[in-house]
Amino acid sequence: METAPKPGRGVPPKKDKLQTKRKKPRRYWEEETVPTTAGAFPGPPRKKKNRELRPQGAKSTHILKKSGISKKPQVQKKPREWKNPESQRSLSGAQDPFPGPAPVPVEVVQKFCRIDKSRKLPQSKAKTRSRLEVAEAEEEETSIKAARSELLLAEEPGFLEGEDGEDTAKICQADIVEAVDIASAAKHFDLNLRQFGPYRLNYSRTGRHLAFGGRRGHVAALDWVTKKLMCEINVMEAVRDIRFLHSEALLAVAQNRWLHIYDNQGIELHCIRRCDRVTRLEFLPFHFLLATASETGFLTYLDVSVGKIVAALNARAGRLDVMSQNPYNAVIHLGHSNGTVSLWSPAMKEPLAKILCHRGGVRALAVDSTGTYMATSGLDHQLKIFDLRGTFQPLSTRTLPHGAGHLAFSQRGLLVAGMGDVVNIWAGQGKASPPSLEQPYLTHRLSGPVHGLQFCPFEDVLGVGHSGGITSMLVPGAAEPNFDGLESNPYRSRKQRQEWEVKALLEKVRLPYWRA
Amino acid sequence: MTANRLAESLLALSQQEELVDLPKDYLLSESEDEGDCDGERKHQKLLEAISSLDGKNRRKLAERSEASLKVSEFNVSSEGSGEKLVLADLLEPVKTSSSLATVKKQLNRVKSKKTVELPLNKEEIERIHREVAFNKTSQVLSKWDPIVLKNRQAEQLVFPLEKEEPVIAPIEHVLSSWKARTPLEQEIFNLLHKNKQPVTDPLLTPVEKASLQAMSLEEAKMRRAELQRARALQSYYEAKARREKKIKSKKYHKVVKKGKAKKALKEFEQLRKVNPAAALEELEKIEKARMMERMSLKHQNSGKWAKSKAIMAKYDLEARQAMQEQLTKNKELTQKLQVASESEEEEGDGEEVEELLVPDAVNEVQMNVDRPNPWMLRSCTSDTKEAATEEEVPEQLPEPEAHEVSESEGEERPVAEEDILLREFEERRSLRKRSELNQDAEPAGSQETKDSSSQEVLSELKALSQKLKENHQSRKQKASSEGTVPQVQREEPAPEEEEPLLLQKPERVQMLEELEKEECFQNKEVSRPVLEGHWSEKTPNNHPDAPKEKKKKEQMIDLQNLLTTQSLSVKSLAVPTIEMLEDEVERNQRQMIKEAFAGDDVIRDFLKEKREAVEASKPKDVDLTLPGWGEWGGVGLKPSAKKRRRFLIKAPEGPPRKDKNLPNVIINEKRNIHAAAHQVRVLPYPFTHHRQFERTIQTPIGSTWNTQRAFQKLTTPKVITKPGHIIKPIKAEDVGYRSSSRSDLSVIQRNPKRVTTRHKKQLKKNCRLSC
Repeated sequence: METAPKPGRGVPPKKDKLQTKRKKPRRYWEEETVPTTAGAFPGPPRKKKNRELRPQGAKSTHILKKSGISKKPQVQKKPREWKNPESQRSLSGAQDPFPGPAPVPVEVVQKFCRIDKSRKLPQSKAKTRSRLEVAEAEEEETSIKAARSELLLAEEPGFLEGEDGEDTAKICQADIVEAVDIASAAKHFDLNLRQFGPYRLNYSRTGRHLAFGGRRGHVAALDWVTKKLMCEINVMEAVRDIRFLHSEALLAVAQNRWLHIYDNQGIELHCIRRCDRVTRLEFLPFHFLLATASETGFLTYLDVSVGKIVAALNARAGRLDVMSQNPYNAVIHLGHSNGTVSLWSPAMKEPLAKILCHRGGVRALAVDSTGTYMATSGLDHQLKIFDLRGTFQPLSTRTLPHGAGHLAFSQRGLLVAGMGDVVNIWAGQGKASPPSLEQPYLTHRLSGPVHGLQFCPFEDVLGVGHSGGITSMLVPGAAEPNFDGLESNPYRSRKQRQEWEVKALLEKVRLPYWRA
Repeated sequence: MTANRLAESLLALSQQEELVDLPKDYLLSESEDEGDCDGERKHQKLLEAISSLDGKNRRKLAERSEASLKVSEFNVSSEGSGEKLVLADLLEPVKTSSSLATVKKQLNRVKSKKTVELPLNKEEIERIHREVAFNKTSQVLSKWDPIVLKNRQAEQLVFPLEKEEPVIAPIEHVLSSWKARTPLEQEIFNLLHKNKQPVTDPLLTPVEKASLQAMSLEEAKMRRAELQRARALQSYYEAKARREKKIKSKKYHKVVKKGKAKKALKEFEQLRKVNPAAALEELEKIEKARMMERMSLKHQNSGKWAKSKAIMAKYDLEARQAMQEQLTKNKELTQKLQVASESEEEEGDGEEVEELLVPDAVNEVQMNVDRPNPWMLRSCTSDTKEAATEEEVPEQLPEPEAHEVSESEGEERPVAEEDILLREFEERRSLRKRSELNQDAEPAGSQETKDSSSQEVLSELKALSQKLKENHQSRKQKASSEGTVPQVQREEPAPEEEEPLLLQKPERVQMLEELEKEECFQNKEVSRPVLEGHWSEKTPNNHPDAPKEKKKKEQMIDLQNLLTTQSLSVKSLAVPTIEMLEDEVERNQRQMIKEAFAGDDVIRDFLKEKREAVEASKPKDVDLTLPGWGEWGGVGLKPSAKKRRRFLIKAPEGPPRKDKNLPNVIINEKRNIHAAAHQVRVLPYPFTHHRQFERTIQTPIGSTWNTQRAFQKLTTPKVITKPGHIIKPIKAEDVGYRSSSRSDLSVIQRNPKRVTTRHKKQLKKNCRLSC
C-alpha cells in the first residue's frame, strides 16, 4: 500500500524554499536528535541485539514453565535429541548454522501482552495456580506469535514535519502535493459540483470507495482511487445523509421522507418507511446494524442482514441531528440541543449515560477509533475532548471563532473540524494520545462551507464535502498504514468480497434477545 | 478328677480381677501352734473396737472367729485382714502331699498359657475385612492417580488411546540398515565397494574427502587461477610456435638454425662439464652423423643444386661462396672427431666440429629444437613413431615438463616472458616456503612499511578524535541553542506566524482569524489550570461525610466551572499590547453567548434530571401498615404515625452510584437482564478471587486479535475422538505399567469376595487354634 504520502521523498522538491522547509524524514517514534555527521558517531551500542527472545521449546508446553519472557538471550534447547549425534546431521552433512526458531525482540512481544504480571494475585491453591500458569503461557505464546507476524506490517505511517520553528499548518495542499510521489499526489483532487448543493460523503470500510449525496438529490458512488464511477443518480429529493452498508455494494441514503437503500449500480433495492425523516446514519459493521436518527426523535436500529428493525428508541430530546458511533464498542452517541450527549445501545430503552458537555446545543461529535476520546463542539463555540474511560471529563478545551460544525477522527487519532469553509486538523503525540488543540497540524480552505467530513480508512486522505463539491485532501499520517487483508482489503476482488461477506455474516455479533 | 475339678473352679476364680484371699486364720484356726499370734490378734481387735467407738467405722463385719455351719468354698471372705489371698495358698496343704504337687504343676502350666480372646462377632469381622480390602484396593488404584491428574490437566486428549507412534527415522538410519539382496544390487554394491565409492552418508570418495581436507578454499582458488594462467600461456605458446613454423623465409630459418646450433653447442659444453656421460652420448650422435655424411653424397658436388652453383660460380661470387661453404661442411662432417675428453688442447677443434656438426644432425636437431617447446614436441611425438620410441618424453605429463624446462633453461633464456611467468607460478606454488624466505629476506623493508602504516593509522585516529571533540562541542552548542530557541518561540506571540495567511484574506475573516488565534493562545495556558481546578475540586467531593446540601452546591460550582472554562482564561492573558482588543472581543462574544442562551439554563435542567434519576434508582421503602387494624378505619382516617413508623421497612442503602463524583454525567445503573444472562454469576470452581479468574480470561481467543496459528491453538477441542472407533477403557499397558499390576487390579475388581473369604478362612483358622 502506498498510502502514506511522504514529504521529502519521491519527487525531489523543486523550490528551494520547500527544500529548506523539509527536514530529513524522521519517524514519529524517534526522539528528536541533532543530526550528526554520518560515521563520526558510532552511536550508542544497540541493546536490542542482546534483548532477544527465543520461545520455549514448542513441545514443552505441556509442563509449563514460569520463566516467562527473559531479558537475556536464552539458549534454545534442541527440540529433539537423537541418540546418535551424527544422525542429526542432514544427508549432505551440512548443519544448520542458525538452529531453532528466529529470535523475537522483547519489546515487540511486550506490546502484545495483555496480562499485567506486575499486579500480584491473592494467594491461590495449587490447582488454581496451574490454571493461571496455563493462561499465562498461552498469553505468552500468542504474543510471541503476534510479534513474529509483526514482520508483515511493512508499511510505516506518513508524517509531516516542518523545519525548526516552522508551523506545519502553513504548509498548504499544493506544497504537499508537489512534494509527494505521483501516486499519492493523485489522491488529492477536487470535484466541482456546485449545482446540487452541499454534499455529505462516506468512504467504504476498505477505503476504496466513496459515496456522496448532495442536498439537492445528487447521489454518486465511485472508486475514488481509480476515479471509476460506479453509479450516479438523482433521487429527486433532499438527501440528508449517505452511508455504505457492510460492503461497497449497498448504499443507504437518508432522503427527505424515507430511508432508501441502493446497490452499487444505483438501483433502488429498498425503501424503508419505518425510518422516516432520517437525518443521520451510522452503520455498525460487526452487528450489521444501521442506526438512524430521525427528526421525530427516534433512534432506530435496523438489522441489514435480515431486514428487521431491532430497536426503535425514543431519545425524548427533540430533533436528532448529531450522531456518531464509538467504533470500539458500537455505542451510538447522540448530541442534543440541551448540551448533553447521550450514549445508546439497542438493548436498553434508556441511554447508557448522559454527559453534559456544552452550555448550548451540541453541534457535532466524534469518537476516536480506540474509543478513548470523544470530541464535541457546541453552539457555545467550544471544542472539547472528553475522556470516555469512566471519568467523562474534558481533557482539553478550545474556543473556536465559528465553532466547529463537523468533526471527525482519523484512524490514527487526528481530529478534523470543519468551521465554515475552513478545515482544521489537530494531531496528537503518537497514536493513543488525544489530539492537542494548541496548534493545528494542517489547515485548508475550501470553496464552500463544509457539510461533511470523513477520513479515508487506510489512506492518508481526508474527504470533505462542501457546497462546492467534494475535496480530497492529503493528510500525512492520518490513516493506519497496514490493512488486514482478511478484514478490509482495499484491493479485494469481487469474489473475495463475497467470501468476506459470508464470513462476516457468520461472525455477526448478535444481541442476546434478538429473535431474528 | 477331684483335683482337676478343683483346678477348673480355681481357674474360673482366677478370671476375676482381684481375688481377695481367705484369711489365713480361717485355715489356721485349727492350728495350735500359734498361740502368741492369737494374743496379738486379740489385742488388735481390741484396738479396732476402740477406734470404731467413735462411730465412723461402724460398718465392719464381725470376724468369724469360730467355725460356722455354713462354710462353703465359694463363700470365703478375707475380711478382717489386710492380706490378699494367693492362689497357691489354697493349694498349700497343711502337709505337703504328692497328689497336690501334680495339681500345682498343672496349675502353673495353665497360668503360664495365655488366655484366648473370645471370637468377635460377625459384624465386626466383616468390618475389618472391608477395611483391609479397601486399603488394598486403594493402594492398587493409587497407581492411577498421576495418570488421572495428567489427563485432567492435559490440553487435549485424543481417543482412542492406543496410537502408533510414527517412527521418524533419519534417512541415514534407513540406509544403513538396508542391505543389497538381489543380484543386481549386489553387483552394484560390489562395484561401488571396489571403486571405493561411498555407499551411505558422506557421498564423497575418500580421495575427494582427503582433497577437501588437504586444501583450503583459498589455496584451491589460487591453484585454480594458476592452472588457468598456465593453460592460457600454453595456448599462446603453441600459437607462437605454429606461427614460427609457418614462416617461409629461408634466411630466417637459417638464422634460427644457426642460433639453435650455437645453443646446442653451448649446451653440449655445459653438458660436458656437468654430465660427462650425457656428453659422450652426444658425441656418439655426432659420430653417427659423420658416418651418415660419409655414406651419402649430400654435401658434395654431385647434387643438382651444387651443379647449378658450380656453373654459376664462375660469375657469381655468392654462388661461389655457397659452394665453398658446402664443401667445407662436407669436410667438417667427414672429418673424424677426436674424443674431447682425451685432450684438452683439442677443445677448440672440437668446438668447431660441433659447431659444424650439430645443425646437420637433422633428426636430433629437430628434437632439440622442439625440446624447449614441449607442446610442439608432444604433437610431434604423437605423429611420429620415432618420437614415440624416444626417451622419456611421452610418459611425462606436460605440466611438470614445462616446469623442468623452465627450471633448466630459465637461466639460459632470461628474455623469454613465458618462462618468467611459469617461474612465477612455480614460486607461487611454493608460497609457504617463499613467504618464509621473504620474511628472512626483507625484514627491513616490511618494518618500514609497517611503521609507515601505523603512523598513518595514528594520524587518522588523532584526526578522528579531534573530529569527535569538535562534534561534541557543536552538539552541546546546538543543544544549548535549542534550549533557548523554544523559549524564544514561546515568547513570541502566535500572530506573527499566521500573518501571511491573514494578509491574504478579506477583512471579516481576518477578524475572525484574530479571534481564533487569540483564543488558541489563551487555551495554551488555560486548559491546564482548568483541569487542575477540576481535580482539586473533585477531591473534596470524594469525602462522603460532607453534608448533602454542601455537596450539591459544590456540584453546582463544579459544573459551572466545567462549562465556563473560558471566563478564567481572560485573566491569564499575558500579552499587554493586544490585551484591550482581546478583552473586548472576548467580552463581546461572551455577551453574545449569554444572550443566545438566556432562556435555557442547561445546567439546572441537567442537575434536576440527575437528581430525578438518582431518586428513581434508589431502593424504595416498604410500607406494611394496614389501615383499620387496631384502630378506627374508614374514609379520611389515616393510620397513626407511630404505627406507620413501626411497619415501615427501610430499604437498605445501595452501593454508591458510579456517577456520584461526576457532576456532569448520569450513568444508567439499570441492569440489562439480557446481557446478564451472558455474564458470570458465580466464581468458577478452582478460583477463590475474581482477579484470578479475570486473569485466565484476559487473553482474547478470537481470530480478530490473534494470528491464525495462535487462534487455532487456542481453540483446539479438549477431547478429540475418532469417529467410528471404539473408545476402550484405559489399560495399564497404555500408560506404561506392567500388566501384572493390571491383573492384580482386575482380580480385585472382578471378584472382590475371594479376598475376603480368604481372609475369613485365615481368621477362622486362628479361631480354631485358639479354641
